[in-house]
Amino acid sequence: MTDQSLQAAVAAGVMAAEPEQRALLASIVTVARSIFHAKAASVFLYDEETDELVFEAVSGEGEQSLVGTRLPSGTGVAGWVLTSRQPLVIDDTSKDSRHSVETAKRTGFLPENLMCAPLLDADRALGVIQILDRPLRPGAVLAEVDLLGQFANQAALALLQLQRARRVQRVLAGESDEVQVVARLAESLARAAPGSAVEQRVALLDALSNVLRGDDAR
Amino acid sequence: MSEDLPAWSLPAEALADSRLAPDWPAGVTREWAFGGSTGAGVRVCVIDSGVDADPRIGAVQSAVVVERGEDGVLHVEPDDRGDLCGHGNACAGIIRALAPECEIHSVRVLGAGFSGNGALLVEGLRHALRERYDVVNLSLSTASEEWRAGLHELTDKGFFQRSLIVASAHNMPVESFPWQFASVISVGSHDQPDAMTWYANPEPPVDLFGRGVDVEVAWLAGETITATGNSFAAPHISGICALIRSKHPTLAPAGVKHLLMLLADNVEEND
Repeated sequence: MTDQSLQAAVAAGVMAAEPEQRALLASIVTVARSIFHAKAASVFLYDEETDELVFEAVSGEGEQSLVGTRLPSGTGVAGWVLTSRQPLVIDDTSKDSRHSVETAKRTGFLPENLMCAPLLDADRALGVIQILDRPLRPGAVLAEVDLLGQFANQAALALLQLQRARRVQRVLAGESDEVQVVARLAESLARAAPGSAVEQRVALLDALSNVLRGDDAR
Repeated sequence: MSEDLPAWSLPAEALADSRLAPDWPAGVTREWAFGGSTGAGVRVCVIDSGVDADPRIGAVQSAVVVERGEDGVLHVEPDDRGDLCGHGNACAGIIRALAPECEIHSVRVLGAGFSGNGALLVEGLRHALRERYDVVNLSLSTASEEWRAGLHELTDKGFFQRSLIVASAHNMPVESFPWQFASVISVGSHDQPDAMTWYANPEPPVDLFGRGVDVEVAWLAGETITATGNSFAAPHISGICALIRSKHPTLAPAGVKHLLMLLADNVEEND
């Protein structure tokens, strides 16, 4: 297979992956909303480049209009949960300063209660899942948070795949030069004469790889 | 209790499944453990987002912040900024409500919105152990494997030097540390309204369930909020630990942990 046809095959696979991942996210929020008997459920993706939260999937209130809407990442409960990487339950939004009425107005829906959980990849928060206005049942909250955690783990996996698909798409479309940079490095290394200089370069690349792998996660 | 969900919380309906065996050793009482105690003389460290000088909390005996300097190195410096996100106030307020005469020492490792990272958490705990605080409340954890070994070493150190580390379990079904280590007292939530009710978990790594649902807590700028989560269950157990350490200063962490197990509300002799 030539490089070009291989690229085309990979591209076709990636193009097909994104709609599937989006459909999976939509399915997760629909099931979550249904199980919690809530008025709305949504998944936000954290866009690191713009430092914004983006509605990726919505079920119920705002389903037709909110997908793609962007909010500053520090906004309201979603922002708090993204930063803290901890779930949050608020039974009365009018009595909790972590809830932002201004943000809720932008979405066109003012919830009375909410649950929100981070979508985690180890210590990294990929986004959040929110459940708005479920019927409050005394004594149910611990089981509800456990259940929301299960949904969050599922949504995190889908979001991770979606992010990867989009990243590969960008690379294949030539919008990112990260592959070319790595290819040039590998080519330089292959051309270098054997000896200590090569070992030094390998050590340097190894160190660079370690630095790039490191994170600042909690 | 459903087997496919983590045993990190204890809803009331699951209480019947968590009864401990009737041959559980007896002979100690809550009266013996902390009757008449106010927490006096016990130094409690709150590693969190800072603590405000707030009338609902009372005096804060010392406050430091762990922060990265321009040289890229983590420093521990005196801190006069109080609480930046409300979480530290909540923890300190719960502890003081249970142990009104204990000392509160704040080690700030979190910023606004609860932001922080593993490096700050590790350094904050290292500082707390250097200061040899009697009880260290850690309503935080990290899911990063990078810090697992370092935290394990530190919590073991605390265990042997008699610094009692009380750590909240993560509220999500993810691997995180240090609450999973045997050298700490790890805490999940129950949904009963009594601050002095706690349950022993027959299925660790969570050791105990403390009050963690609909807790009225001090937040920022005089605000009181109703909060739910293991973050608020841990300080309930820290407060009770302060009461015990005040009455029995020589009791080592292993002894306090066993005492809390023996005196838990789901032990039949305590009914």
